[in-house]
Amino acid sequence: MPIGRLFIANRGEIAYRIGRAARAMGIETVQAFSKADADSLPVRHADHARLIGPPQAAKSYLAIPALIEAAKDAGADAVHPGYGFLAENAAFAEAVEEAGMIFVGPSPATIRLMGDKASARAAAKAAGVPTVPGSPGRLEDLEAARAAAETIGYPVMIKAAAGGGGRGIRIVKDETELATQFPLAHAEAKAAFGDGGLYLEAFITNARHVEVQILGDGERAIHLFERECSLQRRRQKVWEEAPASCLDAPTRAALCASAVALAERVAYRGAGTLEYLYDATRQAFYFIEMNTRIQVEHPVSEMITGVDLVQAMIEIAGGGRLELQQSDVKLKGHAIEVRLNAEDPARGFLPSPGTITRLIVPEGQGIRFDSHLFEGYTIPPFYDSLLGKLIVHGDDRAAALRRLEAALAGLVIEGVPTTRGLHAALLAAPDVRGGRFDTGYLERWLAAEPSRLAAATEEAIQ
Amino acid sequence: MATTQVPCPLPGTFYRRPSPDQPAFKNEGDPVAVGDTIGLIEVMKTFNEVKAEIAGTLKAFLVEDEEAVMAGQPLYEIDA
Repeated sequence: MPIGRLFIANRGEIAYRIGRAARAMGIETVQAFSKADADSLPVRHADHARLIGPPQAAKSYLAIPALIEAAKDAGADAVHPGYGFLAENAAFAEAVEEAGMIFVGPSPATIRLMGDKASARAAAKAAGVPTVPGSPGRLEDLEAARAAAETIGYPVMIKAAAGGGGRGIRIVKDETELATQFPLAHAEAKAAFGDGGLYLEAFITNARHVEVQILGDGERAIHLFERECSLQRRRQKVWEEAPASCLDAPTRAALCASAVALAERVAYRGAGTLEYLYDATRQAFYFIEMNTRIQVEHPVSEMITGVDLVQAMIEIAGGGRLELQQSDVKLKGHAIEVRLNAEDPARGFLPSPGTITRLIVPEGQGIRFDSHLFEGYTIPPFYDSLLGKLIVHGDDRAAALRRLEAALAGLVIEGVPTTRGLHAALLAAPDVRGGRFDTGYLERWLAAEPSRLAAATEEAIQ
Repeated sequence: MATTQVPCPLPGTFYRRPSPDQPAFKNEGDPVAVGDTIGLIEVMKTFNEVKAEIAGTLKAFLVEDEEAVMAGQPLYEIDA
């Protein structure tokens, strides 16, 4: 059944992005909003809007009964969860379906299977996808962890089975550290996720983070090539590219084929991402986890393939088959995305809500700005600090870097400190220009280059 | 004894306990020393401790646990 009226259970730039995609398909939109988001751009641009609760996310964007009630009341026939909030919550997907609506995403069973890191690893192994050497599943106790770590070899990472977004990870270098950290990790996981389940993985040094974008219709899946997202701070991505320049053609083909095999094995429906660690010295990739939703950095994949991923996931949710064949998806050029956050790079990336007093957005061939900002908009303090994403595309990586330089120079956001200056400084870093970085690079660079950060901040304050 | 209203230093969500299953940092009637943690303010997903700058007795909270607050809004009253 094609979707006629879509309820958007999210906020900020992704809500606006989903709304644009839906309207382009002739679908009416109903925007959910908390009291803090009443004057937001997604609300202004939606066909309809429904207040779902007070500012705190726990009482609004995470409140399943309030969201279901609002969606039903608005006559929606489908719900798009965006990313974050309830996007990977199987109970929410179930509640949407039980209320007679379509959940724009995979089935609750798939969310559950791939959302549990231990069962996702098992599914990957069954599909023949290489995984980071680790414990076979959840560990019952410290004794089991000791035995597993012995087999894997130190250093190992203790990870929460229910964790995600880089949370709940501890690196231990020997048995003594394991003995002290394991009980702490258990307690922390229980408090954070309501599930104390833990597993172990080998810690790969100098790893790169690469991930494959896939689309599936429940039977057939295709890939839309990979992204390179190694530039991270506190395990949060700040700069993403597509494709990953570190891969040669045969490695890229093998990586993407492995993602398709796993997506088809779990009968994946919708847009999803399989995350891998890439060990450049061994030219080996290892599956780490799957995100069963649209991701923040999806635009770089759209830029290199010309496929609108949000429209594609809505079409599939409405009962459509995957129209695209793998041979239709061609990799063209290179794309880079930088995240503009309301954070002050010089003050330890202190979150800085406030009012946007001036906004100038760069335009032109190969430049895209996904954002919910407007002049006079007051950024509420209740949600994450992402203000927007500047995305550029060029014929090759060098051209994309040049375009990013020009686009960043043309971007003006005043009223709050942002990470714009950080990106300008990164653009000037020879290692970044040369594509020589791993997942630890940015934090080492930040620690070693305080003067650059000071300059970045001065620019941010203007 | 003078009663002072202490304003909230940051906008966000106010929490009176370190995590939902733990006791409150301070209850009404508790003694307060300079530097004591009164509560947490969550700003854009980061937690910031609210430290007492005046010693005395905590008279009343003017904001509920887990309530949204604006910077400058009176947060608690202290008898010094």
